[in-house]
Amino acid sequence: MKLNLKIWRQKGPNDKGSMVSYPIENIDGDMSFLEMLDILNDQLVEKGDDPVAFDHDCREGICGMCSLYINGEAHGPDRGITTCQLHMRKFNDGDTIYIEPWRAKAFPVIKDLMVDRSAFDRIMAAGGFVSVNTSGNTQDANAIPIPKDDADEAFNAATCIGCGACVASCVNSSAMLFVSAKVSQLALLPQGQIEAMDRVKNMVAVMDEEGFGNCSNTGACEVECPKEISLENIARMNREFLKASFVK
Amino acid sequence: MSKSVLLKSSLAKKYWMALTGLFLCLFLVGHLAGNLQLLKAGEEGRRAFNEYAYFMAHNPVVKILSYLTYISIIFHVIDGFLLFAQNRKARPVKYAHTRPQENSSFASRNMALLGTLILVFIVTHMQNFWYKAKISNGPFPLHTLVKEIDNQEYDPATGAIVNKKQDVKLYLLTNGQYQMIDLEDKDNIELRHNTEIYSKKLDVKVAEGYKDLHSLTTAFFGHDNSKYGFPKNDLATVAVIFYVVSMLVLIFHLWHGFSSAFQSLGLRSKKYAPIIITVGKIFAVVVPVLFAVIPVYLYLTK
Ligand code: HEM
Ligand code: SF4
Ligand code: FES
Repeated sequence: MKLNLKIWRQKGPNDKGSMVSYPIENIDGDMSFLEMLDILNDQLVEKGDDPVAFDHDCREGICGMCSLYINGEAHGPDRGITTCQLHMRKFNDGDTIYIEPWRAKAFPVIKDLMVDRSAFDRIMAAGGFVSVNTSGNTQDANAIPIPKDDADEAFNAATCIGCGACVASCVNSSAMLFVSAKVSQLALLPQGQIEAMDRVKNMVAVMDEEGFGNCSNTGACEVECPKEISLENIARMNREFLKASFVK
Repeated sequence: MSKSVLLKSSLAKKYWMALTGLFLCLFLVGHLAGNLQLLKAGEEGRRAFNEYAYFMAHNPVVKILSYLTYISIIFHVIDGFLLFAQNRKARPVKYAHTRPQENSSFASRNMALLGTLILVFIVTHMQNFWYKAKISNGPFPLHTLVKEIDNQEYDPATGAIVNKKQDVKLYLLTNGQYQMIDLEDKDNIELRHNTEIYSKKLDVKVAEGYKDLHSLTTAFFGHDNSKYGFPKNDLATVAVIFYVVSMLVLIFHLWHGFSSAFQSLGLRSKKYAPIIITVGKIFAVVVPVLFAVIPVYLYLTK
């Protein structure tokens, strides 16, 4: 396959940056998207150019590091996958492919296609946990009976890998899907109840401070999310927050 | 309840957006129910509409609801613009290439644009009717009926009694009767607050008429009601097109807005989401279409 890549290049956080074209040849349909970029980078290095910086780690869809906005969609045209799981067979010979970083005020660009997602970490630090004593006498998890449906629902929410595709694909750069997944995975379980009210209020407060936009319920996040996190989580968070606002 | 969360947080803004939006949906139903009287033909329809308008202006419950409606619109608009401004700020650098149609509906992404167009409509519409009927001072034509009656007259030439046709002007009164009242008789009769007929001598209200809002409306959409004091609107064609297009915009706003409001309030679950979405889409189409039918019908029957 022969492709024309248009990639966002930006030397550093304060550089203005621009889209740069890179023609590339001999791309196999079985390659992953990131392998294709590795090949491009090899060629750039051989020429003495600066390789394109992009985030990645596990390359198997579980770490949430890879984060490319490909041809106008977060993680590219396929559904339920991360960028590292995207195959080149999804493209055709001669295609032009736009590759951009996540765009949001709360996710500033570090270099090229890498963005700083530590805003998510700060939201997590505000309440995305349960406070348990782990000093060697941890209780067996199965000692607390939990209905299977709740456990499944909590698990589904917990599959969020914090990649930020929800923010990237939202017209409003809203982080609601991510935050609601993190609120839900604990709100659905007995262990999460003790801190439930503080959790939702504190996490939402930090979400707002970080400069994410407001949710318009467009549903773009749910479509582009590699883990197919459901909008129901956002409704659950809206309920939890309403309750917490009245009570506390 | 901590002080700021129910006003300032992003979620709270959405609760208010949803509550005011749903209240406005309720208002639409009430408003539509009244307007549909305009489809009733003849004097009966005219009477039904004017009686309905009188009721809306005088019933205390309706008054409270109407103030709530004004407040809701103002709140919804201000909150909507605040949300929009924040959302634009949240992405200072735009994408070079996006395909939003792959993941979301046009309406959902353009609520502020659609809302602004609706606001333009609301302001124009209020100028067209509400302002004329309620705010602008000066006499407002009352509901009258010009009726031809037989008059027995003595003809001095032949000495015979002859039947002569004569036009008389009858006023529809709040007691339900059509009555002849000579408002020109300034010595004895005075009109107060536009519709209230007072006996000057006794200084008491003897009757009350109805503002002829039906004729105002039909004249606006092209009927010639000159005999009732409302010449036809030369721009009726423009008006009808504007009203119909505005209702199309409302369809889009509600297509997303109705179910979105439930989501904002946390009222979404696997079980009810499909029902709410379906009801929302039916509402979004049926209500604006029925609204739009009225000006089209009035225009075509002029
Ligand atoms: C009859 C008139 C109107 C009705 C029935 C109505 C109804 C609604 C409803 C039900 C929603 C969904 C609320 C939610 O998502 O939680 C909504 C959203 C919205 N409305 Fe209206 N609306 C009306 C007029 C307006 C006007 C005049 C504006 C002017 C700016 C406006 C701007 C908006 C915006 C910006 C949103 C989206 C908020 C967001 O999700 O970010 N609307 N409307
Ligand atoms: S909700 Fe989905 S898109 Fe958002 S961070 Fe989690 S996994 Fe990524
Ligand atoms: S690199 Fe870990 S999810 Fe893609």
